[in-house]
Amino acid sequence: MNEKPEKLIDKKGIRLDGRKADELRPVKIEVGVLANADGSAYIEHGKNKILAGVFGPREMHPKHLSLPDRMVIRCRYHMAPFSVQERKSPAPSRREVELSKVIRESLEPSVFLELYPRTGIDVFIEVLQADGGTRCASITAASLAIADAGIPMRDLVVACAAGKIDDTVVLDLFDAEDKLGAADVPLAIMPNLNAVTLLQMDGILTPEEFETAVNMATEGCKKIYTLQKEALKTKYMITKEEAEEE
Amino acid sequence: MKVMPTFFEKKQLVTPGELLAEGDYTAGENTYLEEKKVYAARVGLADVDNKKVNVVALRAFYIPKMGDIVIGTITEVGFNGWSVDIKAPYTALLRASDVLSRPFKPQNDELSQVLNAGDLIVAKIASYDRAHDPQLTVGEPGLGKITRGQIMRVTPTKIPRVIGRKGSMISMIKQETSCQIILGLNGVILVTGKTPEDEELAMTAIRKIEEESHTSGLTDRITQLLKEEKTKREENKVE
Amino acid sequence: MSSLVTRVRFKQIEQMIEKGKRLDGRGLTDYREIKVEQGLIERAEGSARVLLGKTEVLVGIKVETGTPFPDTPNEGVQTVNAELVPLASPNFEPGPPDENSIELARIVDRGIRESKAIDTGKLCIEPGKKVFVVFVDVYVLNHDGNLIDASAIAAVSALMNTKMPNYEIEDGEVKIKTGYTPLPLKNHPITVTIGKIGSNLIVDPWLEEEQVMDSRISMAINDDGNICAMQKGGSGYFTPQQILEASKLVQEKAAELRKKLGW
Repeated sequence: MNEKPEKLIDKKGIRLDGRKADELRPVKIEVGVLANADGSAYIEHGKNKILAGVFGPREMHPKHLSLPDRMVIRCRYHMAPFSVQERKSPAPSRREVELSKVIRESLEPSVFLELYPRTGIDVFIEVLQADGGTRCASITAASLAIADAGIPMRDLVVACAAGKIDDTVVLDLFDAEDKLGAADVPLAIMPNLNAVTLLQMDGILTPEEFETAVNMATEGCKKIYTLQKEALKTKYMITKEEAEEE
Repeated sequence: MKVMPTFFEKKQLVTPGELLAEGDYTAGENTYLEEKKVYAARVGLADVDNKKVNVVALRAFYIPKMGDIVIGTITEVGFNGWSVDIKAPYTALLRASDVLSRPFKPQNDELSQVLNAGDLIVAKIASYDRAHDPQLTVGEPGLGKITRGQIMRVTPTKIPRVIGRKGSMISMIKQETSCQIILGLNGVILVTGKTPEDEELAMTAIRKIEEESHTSGLTDRITQLLKEEKTKREENKVE
Repeated sequence: MSSLVTRVRFKQIEQMIEKGKRLDGRGLTDYREIKVEQGLIERAEGSARVLLGKTEVLVGIKVETGTPFPDTPNEGVQTVNAELVPLASPNFEPGPPDENSIELARIVDRGIRESKAIDTGKLCIEPGKKVFVVFVDVYVLNHDGNLIDASAIAAVSALMNTKMPNYEIEDGEVKIKTGYTPLPLKNHPITVTIGKIGSNLIVDPWLEEEQVMDSRISMAINDDGNICAMQKGGSGYFTPQQILEASKLVQEKAAELRKKLGW
């Protein structure tokens, strides 16, 4: 049985995984990894390993799910049974149902839904390995998959969490910090439009701590946004560079 | 009036949400305007033409437009027509009345004898609007069922490049390979040649255009490629 | 959808909100009339019914015995479920909980859990073996907007009304005795939901406003005025400034409600 550590952040401000309070975990992103999906992306955020695939726009089946004046987004967030410490049943849990909903709602504002009425896009997120902050990493990957599918968007959506461990507000909690810490605030934003599309919180924070957490998460998001754009450009740049070499 | 600059270099690769210009500019292809700022809406190459900011999308899907020539596959034989897959978000419809030259009698006419699931057709978009699926017509010369040739697909945004300026690229390929080539604006291309080798040659050329579409001197390089390949084949034949 | 808001109505609501008014005469930051009734279901260990305007939510609490979770062997268990009963709205269909009912249940659950409202430490009967399990069942009887606040307040009211059966351990077995003890509560969180229409924030959206608004944000505030749960919902977005503005507004309204409810 795991023993609860004495402190989650020591006197020098170093966390259990060696990070400082405002440090992000390493992030690696690749776009266009699934041959059969219209758009896809893979992200490694800390120990999280998440795959996102997008199909569409295409006609919806059953047809009555479509809307006459706009596109519908369907989203499925799902964790593989081997993604967590204790094997998780493959059947969708209530948490996965809720996350599927909030992730969909975080992506909807970014897509020009009115352009393609009576169609739908399916976003599939598979968490292959989880270590805290999966919904945020999922949103970052799913948004890239939508862009990779050539679907017009207002901006990419990027997400990151902040929280409180011991008495310190910190950025990007990993699983142990999330479970043992005092609060977790996942946030998703369209950076160029300054639009927050996902915001949740559990734990206890004073209004001032909450404000600090929101600002910290937003800053974290901006850093990941740079990596997001780079990953997208990398995929499309290869063709350009190959051509210019000739 | 002071003209504000754009925020990108010519043909710079941009991503959705990137700010392209501010001030007296209009939003062109694959961009959008919000509070006097023009942003990119798709991944692509940004350019400005007479105050209009455009992004040539590197990834997009086909949206039907009236008058477009498209190549599609029959997916379903219905009661009074056929459903056609034109590789777009919407399924297209071809009415029986459009194909049969006489009045259509559902009891007597067996639609599957005329066109069956799996058949390929070249058609024209007769009508399309937001509330209705695209309707096709084959009632013009050059349209109808495809019986020979090979089909290939390219990203729809690359079709203009395959055509070339004033059709120069496609004419050159047709000439060099002696192939008939029909370019569906939905990204589906039909290549019909005298021999499969001729067809392969044309398809190789088109694939190369798709990969290098945003470079210059492409027409010359493709011409070169075709001439070299033909020479190679001649040499192989002689041996 | 049979209760679709017509385009004309949509515009009407938007325009009035721009002027700072709402169709039912409320100001942008006013709650509808709220009525709370406790103990109406005798068979349940606790119950409460909330009428928020015409929205009606009934919460029943059942307390049973069960096994604790392995990582909290000395603590009782709390579980929240929500039913969007078909008779509550033409849009609710019978069947297993859909994403809306699951989200509602989890939001209510987080408010109670994170504020540690139920003193789960006092629900242990036999460490590692037997604890009390508190079932919170949220039953939406009429949907006229803002199910979240109505459900959250009904849940806490019901908990405040809950009595646990007395017991004794005889020969290693738990035997229920006569008599009851009130459920030990440490906190009484209040949830406030704010909707966004255009760039205006409105408190306690009613049904038609919910169809016009592009997003909502709900925050649970505990007795000390701290935030213990939050959820943004809807297909729109908030700017960071709007979030902080909403946060201040929530503090104000939570304090008002707390006074009104006497918590």
